Amino acid sequence: MTATIDYTARVENEMDLKMPSRSVNEGFARAAVAAFCAQLNPTAVELADLKCAVSEAVTNCIVHAYRDGIGEIRLNVKLCEGRIVQVEIRDRGCGIPDIKKAREPLFTTDAAGERSGMGFTVMESFCDAVRVQSRPGRGTTVVLLKRLHP
Amino acid sequence: MIHVKHQVAFERMQDTLYIRLSGEIDHHSAVDVRVQIDEKLLSDRPKYVYLDLSSIDFMDSSGLGLIMGRMATANRYGGQLIVLDPSPAAGRMIRLAALDRVIQIQFSNTERRTSK
Repeated sequence: MTATIDYTARVENEMDLKMPSRSVNEGFARAAVAAFCAQLNPTAVELADLKCAVSEAVTNCIVHAYRDGIGEIRLNVKLCEGRIVQVEIRDRGCGIPDIKKAREPLFTTDAAGERSGMGFTVMESFCDAVRVQSRPGRGTTVVLLKRLHP
Repeated sequence: MIHVKHQVAFERMQDTLYIRLSGEIDHHSAVDVRVQIDEKLLSDRPKYVYLDLSSIDFMDSSGLGLIMGRMATANRYGGQLIVLDPSPAAGRMIRLAALDRVIQIQFSNTERRTSK
C-alpha cells in the first residue's frame, strides 16, 4: 500500500544501466533488475511482479517514447532501507501529453500494434506506488516502488 | 543470453489446431509469435484453436494483446479460440485484465470453463 512507503528511506545499494531502445533489451532489462534485487531474497511472486512492471515500463519507452527510432533508456535501481525497491526508467523520447489519460486501463494510442492499453495498470497492480513525470518532446521518467516482505 | 527464449509448436487434429507456447511472451517475442500463428490460422482455418499457455514462464501485457489478436483472427473466418491451462505467469495477467470474461478458458484436469 502506498501509505507504508517511505520515500526518504536511506539507499543501501544502487545500480545504473543504459541501453538502446531495442525490443530485444526488454528481457535483459527485467532480468537485470531481478538479478540485482535477488540479494534481498524476494519471494518468487515479488520477483515476478517487479519483472512484469519493469517490462511494461521499458516496452513503453520502445513502443511509444522512441516510436520513430532508437533512443537511450536509462534504468536506475535503488535498494533502500526497509526493503524498498525503487526502479527508475527514464527516456528522452516524445513524452506523454496527458498522463492521466495514459494511466487509464485499456487506453492505447497503438491499437493496430495490438497494444492492450494495460501497461500502467500492470505497473500499478504489481507495485506499491508508480510515479510518472513527463514533458512532451523532452521525455518521461517512471518510478516504480515496491516494498518486499519483511 | 540476449534473446528472450520462446517457442511455438503446432499440432493439427481434424478441425482442431493445438498451439503450445512456451518461454517468455513480451513485446519483443510477441511479434514473431503473432506472425507464426496468424500464418497457420489463415492457411489451415481450423474451427477450434486451442492456445496452450501451460509452459509460459513470463508474460506481460503484450501477451494480452497477442491472445485477443489471435481470437480476432480466428473469429474473422468463423473459428473459435480457447485458452488452455494458463500457467501462473499467464493466469495472473489474464485475471488482471479480466480476459476470462471475454475468452473461453479450459483447464484440462478439471474441464473448468470460465467463459461467459
